[in-house]
Amino acid sequence: MTPLNFVVANFIVSIGIFFLLVGSIGLIRLPDFYSRAHAVGKSDTLGIILVVLGLIIHEGLTLNSVKLGLIIVFVGLTSPTATHALTKAAYRFGLRAWVRKDGGGDNRSEHARGGAEDAGREKEA
Amino acid sequence: MDKYYIYLGVILTVVILIPLYRVLRGPTLFDRMLGAAAIGTKTMVLIVVIGFIFNRLDMFIDITLAYAVLNFIGTIAVARYLGAIRKRGK
Repeated sequence: MTPLNFVVANFIVSIGIFFLLVGSIGLIRLPDFYSRAHAVGKSDTLGIILVVLGLIIHEGLTLNSVKLGLIIVFVGLTSPTATHALTKAAYRFGLRAWVRKDGGGDNRSEHARGGAEDAGREKEA
Repeated sequence: MDKYYIYLGVILTVVILIPLYRVLRGPTLFDRMLGAAAIGTKTMVLIVVIGFIFNRLDMFIDITLAYAVLNFIGTIAVARYLGAIRKRGK
């Protein structure tokens, strides 16, 4: 492996890990199920595609890199589909979206938290 | 060079541990399922990196493909199951 190859692969893997980290932080920090699904569905897919692309450049042109390309195609198809199915299930279930209260205040408003909690108790489900 | 993949695996493990918070104390059931799906999707990359560490990439890639299919089917099954349930009193 040439050093240039290694540097390029390292750079792409680093960008991918950054996107994975952003998706994880968004899953914790965002106030609502729908916004969390937004964070996970997009940035995680992009992060995984970038990391596996960097690993393909590490590997070179072999059968294994072709299989890694298959993984990229599969993740690009299935990860947004799974997130969409879950979000549609939540919408049909009647989960209310988070709304910002008028007049500011903190982001996690009482109305949104109460609405989400009364809609999605595990006991009812 | 060998150390590189080990460091990559450690960083990925830390990134995977973050959504566990949402799985453990998400307010709704959908949050927990979303966190579980996110963990499964990131674990695929970790399995590929483990294949690089052990120099058995051919075997671990097949494991990764099977894991991806299982994760997708599981998430779709839970989504279908929860989509059939309506909110009470509606």
